[in-house]
Amino acid sequence: MSAVTMSEAGTNFAYLDEETKRMIRRAILKAIAIPGYQVPFASREMPMPYGWGTGGVQVTAAVIGPDDVLKVIDQGADDTTNAVSIRAFFRKVARVAVTTHTAEATVIQTRHRIPEHPLIEGQILVYQVPIPEPLRFLEPRETETRTMHALEEYGLMHVKLYEDIAHHGRIATSYAYPVKVAGRYVMDPSPIPKFDNPKMHLSPALQLFGAGREKRIYAIPPHTDVRSLDFEDHPFEIQRFDEPCALCGARNVYLDEVILDDRGGRMFVCSDTDNCESRQADAQKETAA
Amino acid sequence: MSEGPLLIARDVGKNYGNRIGCTDVSFDLWPGEVLAIVGESGSGKTTLLNCLSTRLNADRGTVTYRMRDGVARDLAALGEAERRFLMRTDWGFVHQNPADGLRMGVSAGANVGERLMAVGNRHYGRIRHCAEDWLNRVEIDVDRIDDRPRAFSGGMRQRLQIARNLVTSPRLVFMDEPTGGLDVSVQARLLDLVRGLVRDLGLSVIIVTHDLAVARLLSHRMMVMKEGRVIEQGLTDRVLDDPREPYTQLLVSSIPQA
Ligand SMILES: [Zn+2]
Repeated sequence: MSAVTMSEAGTNFAYLDEETKRMIRRAILKAIAIPGYQVPFASREMPMPYGWGTGGVQVTAAVIGPDDVLKVIDQGADDTTNAVSIRAFFRKVARVAVTTHTAEATVIQTRHRIPEHPLIEGQILVYQVPIPEPLRFLEPRETETRTMHALEEYGLMHVKLYEDIAHHGRIATSYAYPVKVAGRYVMDPSPIPKFDNPKMHLSPALQLFGAGREKRIYAIPPHTDVRSLDFEDHPFEIQRFDEPCALCGARNVYLDEVILDDRGGRMFVCSDTDNCESRQADAQKETAA
Repeated sequence: MSEGPLLIARDVGKNYGNRIGCTDVSFDLWPGEVLAIVGESGSGKTTLLNCLSTRLNADRGTVTYRMRDGVARDLAALGEAERRFLMRTDWGFVHQNPADGLRMGVSAGANVGERLMAVGNRHYGRIRHCAEDWLNRVEIDVDRIDDRPRAFSGGMRQRLQIARNLVTSPRLVFMDEPTGGLDVSVQARLLDLVRGLVRDLGLSVIIVTHDLAVARLLSHRMMVMKEGRVIEQGLTDRVLDDPREPYTQLLVSSIPQA
C-alpha cells in the first residue's frame, strides 16, 4: 500500500472510534430524514489524502458491519490504485469480505459512477463527493446558498443551464448534473456522468454522499423521486453511444474511450469493468456449452 | 382593489451607534410617481433608501407597501421568503456600480433571464425571446446577448442592469445614483432612457442622487436631506425654482443654469 499507512489504522473497528461513528451516523440519519439536504458533520482526518474520498470513507466506516461485503469502484473500475487501497483499508480495519461483483456487495463505495448492474433493496451506495454545493458555481457566498436552499430559491441552477444552451446550443453539462430530490432540495450528485442520473430515481438502494474536505453528508433514501433539472424545450438527456462495448458488446451502458495507438486508433469499452468482465465470462460459458 | 399610496413611510429612522443615519422621515409615494432624494454625501439619503428597500432594518418608524393583491403590508413584518420574493418580482434595485447588481460571470441574456427563471419560467426559448426584447428596449444590440457584461462599457452595463430589473414588470424601482460613475454624454442618454421607461411602464421610482439636474429631469417630487433629516420636500419644480430653506438655496445656486 502506498498512500495509506497501515500502521496508522488503530484497533477500532473500521478505524474510527465509536463516538465518531455515532456522530457520523446521526448526521446520516438526519440526511436520510431530509432527502438531498446537506448535513454538516465533524469530518475527521483519515490516513489518506482528501482527494481519495475521505468523506466517502468516513460514511462507509460509520455504516459497515462485520457481515457486510464491500465493493469499491473508481470511475467504474475496481482495480485502480484508489479503489484497491480503500478496499484493502477496510479489509484490514474492519476485516470485512470484499468483492468486485455488484450483486454480491452490501456496501459499495464509489467515485464517479453508479454500477450498471441494478441495485436492490438492502444495498448501500456511498459516493465520494469533492464539492457538495450545486449553487456554488454562481454564488460563492455560503450564507447566501444556505438561504437559497432554505427558501427553495433555485432559479440560479437554471441560469447555469441557460448559459450551457446559449453557448453550446444544448445542455452541455455532462457530469455532476444537478437533480431535485423528493421535489424539494437541489443536489449535486457528485461527478458521475449524467448517464447515471436516471439510476438514482426511485432506486431501491440507500444512497449516501460524503464530502470530507467540505464536511457535508447528504442522502437519497430508497424509492425517492430524483429529477434532473432541465427546460421544457431542452429536456434532460443522457449520453448516447453509437456503438456497443468493443469487449462485451453491451449497449445502453456507459462507455469510456480508449486510445489504442498514436495513429488515431481508438475503441469504446465499458466503464464498469466488473460488468464487462462478467458479460465476457458469461458469453464464453455459453460458447463452451 | 383599494387605490392609495404605493408606499407609506412614517417616522423612519436608523442610527449607527450614537450617530444618526437618518431620522423622522415620513412621506407617501403614489403609483407612477418618481421621488428624488437629494443631498450631499453623508446626508443620510443612501441609508434611507436602504431602509425603505429593506436592505437595512430601520430602528424606528414603519414602511408600508401595497402588495400586488392590493393589501398594504408592514415591510418589517414580512417573512424572509416573502421579502426576497417581493425584491425580485414587484421591486427593482439599480445600484450605482453595475457590478453590484449584475452577475458579471454570465451572459447578458442570462442576466436578464435570471428573474424569470427565479419565478419558475422553464422554457428556454421564451426566456431568450424575452431577454432579446429587453435588450432592445434598453438599446443594447441583440447580437451581444451571449456576451458577458465584463465586455460591456459602463453605460451598457447600467442599461443591462435596468433591463435585468424590469423583466418581471416591477411596480417600484429603487435607484442609487444610477448615473454616478458615467461620463456626461453617457449620463444624458441613460437619463433619457430611464425617463422613457418610467413613462411607458408607469413605474414608481425612488431615486437617490446628489445631482439636482438628475432630479429635475426625472422626478415629480423631491426631498432634500441634510444630516439625516428631510429639511424640505415638495414638487420638484417648486423646490428647485423656489427653494425655501437656505441650505436648499445653496444647493440650487451651485448648479450651472442651462
Ligand atoms: Zn463491456
